[in-house]
Amino acid sequence: MRLKDQFPLLAGDPGLHYLDSGASSQVPGAVLDAVSRFETTQRANVHRGVHRLAEAATAAYEGARDDIARFLSAAREEIVFTSGTTAAINLVAHSFGDGLAAGDAIVISGLEHHSNIVPWQMLRDRRGLVLEALPVTEEGRIDLSQLDRVVTKRTRLIALAHCSNVTGAVVDLGRVVASAKAVGAAVLVDGAQRMPHGPLDVPGLGVDFYAFSGHKMYAPHGIGVLWGRRERLEAMPPFLGGGDMIRRVTLEKTEYAPPPVRFEAGTPNVSGAIGLGAACRWMGGLDWTEIVQEELRLTGCLLDGLARVPGVRVLGPLGLQQRLGVVSFALAGAHPHDVSQILDRHGVACRGGHHCAQPLMDRFDLAGTTRATIAPYNEDADIDALLVGLDEARRLLA
Amino acid sequence: MSDEIYQETLLKLAKEAPGHGRLEPNAASVRLDNPLCGDRVRIDLRVRGGRIAEVAHEVRGCLLCQAAAGVIGRHAVGLDRAGVAELSGQVEKTLAGEIPAIEDLAAFRPVSGHRSRFDCVRLPFQALKEAAEIL
Repeated sequence: MRLKDQFPLLAGDPGLHYLDSGASSQVPGAVLDAVSRFETTQRANVHRGVHRLAEAATAAYEGARDDIARFLSAAREEIVFTSGTTAAINLVAHSFGDGLAAGDAIVISGLEHHSNIVPWQMLRDRRGLVLEALPVTEEGRIDLSQLDRVVTKRTRLIALAHCSNVTGAVVDLGRVVASAKAVGAAVLVDGAQRMPHGPLDVPGLGVDFYAFSGHKMYAPHGIGVLWGRRERLEAMPPFLGGGDMIRRVTLEKTEYAPPPVRFEAGTPNVSGAIGLGAACRWMGGLDWTEIVQEELRLTGCLLDGLARVPGVRVLGPLGLQQRLGVVSFALAGAHPHDVSQILDRHGVACRGGHHCAQPLMDRFDLAGTTRATIAPYNEDADIDALLVGLDEARRLLA
Repeated sequence: MSDEIYQETLLKLAKEAPGHGRLEPNAASVRLDNPLCGDRVRIDLRVRGGRIAEVAHEVRGCLLCQAAAGVIGRHAVGLDRAGVAELSGQVEKTLAGEIPAIEDLAAFRPVSGHRSRFDCVRLPFQALKEAAEIL
């Protein structure tokens, strides 16, 4: 059975060439079944009731945490459920950020998604911090040769994307961690674009925080994870206050629960968490060495095809080293919205726009790009359809 | 539906872009960005007797945005504030799939099936509306 056939939406729409998984992936039947099973046989609130359904819901929710912990080779206490990558980064910006003082510095880069820029700007303005950005190379990579210049004794946190959501470039986290450790800084990684491509030993990366979203890795929308190194999470105050995150409340004060629940105030997205746990189990049953190899083969086909289209400029590495299947390009004289609209008539779903990375667009003097992202269910026919559609877009628009 | 958007009339309107350029000096100049896609529009006005005497636009955007600015270049001169509001109202009717009173706007009727592109058409008219507050 083709991997594609495990995805009901794709199996039911054979004319669709879905190349927008970088925005939201499709969801396999195994995940849909797990969510449906919970909603139809176990639905109740968690951590509260003692009735049979409440017990089942709590077991399913905490079981999902175990599944995710296994996927990350991490301890379950280090898995904090959030609504997504954005919420996870904001959590760190508030809770870790509470421990920062005026004059402390945070380092980001010029290719970050807005969700890894704006929370730090807001924190900078709240606490009088300094916000520095590593520049971006012509190839669309974070320029790590500038680490020694940008990371200083004032640096308290380096926050970078593992894989760029525009250029597909994968950053060498080993160099970043070494640089951070040399000055005693923490490292936060936006893993939203990396996690759809297989299990990862996150503690082994040497970083302190790793944030990602379920909806880009075959799980429902509205669920994500902040992985935090145990000692970091234990030292952090809560971000949101409310139910579930407490040990004891009096009218005078509150004693907080330990992590991860300390950071999960209110009723969580239970079915989303169960869906994400199921996605991790589903992914855990696949051969990711083989899948990533195939994804990169398709990425190479796409890059080769784009190189043959007059007027196309690829924003990102042209080779396959240290990159994933996120391919952005600009077609001279054509706007990415128009290109995406023409591609749509060929059944090709791509993303057109600035991809929530306006500083990167400014760096390359572009309003936006068209982006195709390769997922395990993509095939040669998807790349072929994109290139045929692009040829028409060029004739009509450029 | 997609292929209907890029009809000859719309492509021509975008290509010719009547009114393209800047007015220096001007009585009003408004720059608006579409936060979702990064498109950018600037509308410059010169006014006389409570009406638009001259209009110019600069667009960094898609064909729909360029064509919409072209409609402004053709139809905004002579309008007062009420006329600008009426023009914007015609745009909304067109996006709702109705037949507009202004023939040039008919080029945008196919966009009515593409909600995600509405703001591409609206952006220049929103900028015009803000610039016309001077009237």
